Order: sequence, then structure tokens, then C-alpha cells
Amino acid sequence: MGPVTAAAPIEIEKTESAEEVFAVPEPDVPWVTIVHNDPVNLMSYVTYVFQAYFGYSKDKATKLMLDVHHKGRAVVSSGTREEMERDVQAMHGYGLWATLQQDRK
Amino acid sequence: MAGHFEPLPGGGAAIALDDVEISIIRSLAVQLLELIGPGPAEEAPGDPLAGLFAEGPSEPPSDPVLRRLFPDAYRDPEEPPGTPRDAAEQRAHSAEFRRYTENDLRAGKRENALAVVHSLNALAPAGEGGAVLELTVEDSRRWLGALNDLRLAIGSRLEITDEDDTDDLYGLPDEDPRKPMVMAYLWLGGLQETLVSTLMP
Repeated sequence: MGPVTAAAPIEIEKTESAEEVFAVPEPDVPWVTIVHNDPVNLMSYVTYVFQAYFGYSKDKATKLMLDVHHKGRAVVSSGTREEMERDVQAMHGYGLWATLQQDRK
Repeated sequence: MAGHFEPLPGGGAAIALDDVEISIIRSLAVQLLELIGPGPAEEAPGDPLAGLFAEGPSEPPSDPVLRRLFPDAYRDPEEPPGTPRDAAEQRAHSAEFRRYTENDLRAGKRENALAVVHSLNALAPAGEGGAVLELTVEDSRRWLGALNDLRLAIGSRLEITDEDDTDDLYGLPDEDPRKPMVMAYLWLGGLQETLVSTLMP
């Protein structure tokens, strides 16, 4: 098992798996921003953030906040991956725990 | 007005603070600034472009408070990745997000905490060992962000991970070493709750 003879097949395998890892997801599937429940953030503050940043009505912001509180999570926005990265960054700026993912459901 | 913010006519908020309260808020804000640390511009004062082009870190912070303030953007806390490949992909995307956002996020949190320190430093004594703090709407937003970051930091240090933990903290005996931190946490919660109500549309 010399390193020279082993080199070729290993390299081919690596190239394949790297391509799989960074495979481009389906472009037409939207991305979503999810806010997760957190025992520290105040309910009033979370509602305020949804109104101030997304411009949602008080009713919509309150409903999303209650979803976060009771179900542990809520989808707060959807769009392109770049848009969702902007929203997640803004949520982290406000101190909310947010992540983005492609909407597979 | 003691212990809570009230809306000012025409916008903004006001609160009466005594000297002890002022020094507690200032000390916590300074600790938060130290924890967040300087940005690339402060670290390379001779290079005016350092702040513009510096990339942020790829790895999550090791300190649990900083991990909470700057969480992974692509890792769902409740849904573990299905396969090792998914996990690797989430790590790679989170690292890239961190490189492009964490410096800006740290700068925003620093500015909020600095605004708190500056407005406390500018307070004129109102006699009887206290002062009335008046905030513009803009300052109120910065205070709101800083109060939230402080509560996240203290909550993380107190290991508050679910609602029951908070309930338990109310019943701590006086001799518990966590008691002073818990008192500060609950008090800051009251400040934040009343401040947010002055900003509600």
C-alpha cells in the first residue's frame, strides 16, 4: 500500500463527496427565517421586534410571538436565501435566536 | 417613575435612578463591552481600512454568553441534522455567515452598550443621590437593545434555559451566591418591559 498507488482513487472519491456537500439546492424552493423560543426574551419585546423590523401589524406580531412562545418556533419571514440571511442577521442584532433554512415542508 | 420608564410627551422616555442603580447599570454595560471586545478598527488604529475589509471569525465563540449573542445561523436548535453531510453543510454555511456578519453584529451591540454608558455619564445629579434620565426615541432603542443583551448575558450565566428556571430563581434563599445576579436580572427585566411599552406603535 504505497502512497503513490493509493492516491488516484482517494482523490476521485473526495471530489465526489465535496460536490455533494456543496450541492446547489433547488432554486425555486423558498427559504424561511425561524425564530426560536427563549426563556429570557420578553414577550412584549419579541412582539415589538416583529413590528419594528418587519412592519407587521400588532395582531400579526402578537400571533407570531405566541407561536414562538407556545410551539417553540415560528416562521417569521420567507424569500430568497440572501433576504433570509439579512433577516437572521437583524434578528441576532435584536438578540432573538433565529436561523434560516430551506422550506422543505 | 422610580424603577420604571415612563413615556415623555412628544416621544422618548424617562426614569428616575438612584446612584446605586446608575452604578449597577454602568458596571454591567462596561462588562458587556469588555466581553464583546474591540472591533477590527480599534485593534488596528493605524489602518483606516481595517474595519471595512476585516472578515469576522468562522468558528462559534467559546464563551456561552457570546454563543447566545451570536448563534449559528444555519443550525436549528431543535432539529438535529439528519446526516453527517447535512451537519457538515450547516457548519460550513454557519461559518460563512459568521465571517460576513459577526463584526457588524458586534459593532451594533457595542454601540448600544456605549450609548448606555454615555447617557449615564451625562446625567446631572438631581439631589438626594439620584438623577432623572431622559432618553430620546433613538436612545431608547439603543437602551432597549443593550438591556436585552445584558439580560441574555446574565440569563446565560445563570443557566436559564427554560421558563421553569426563571420561576425557580424567584424563590432563591438570600444566602444563595446567585441572588445578587438574579435581583439584577429581574430588575433589568422591569426596566426593559416598561421601556418597550414607551416604544410600542
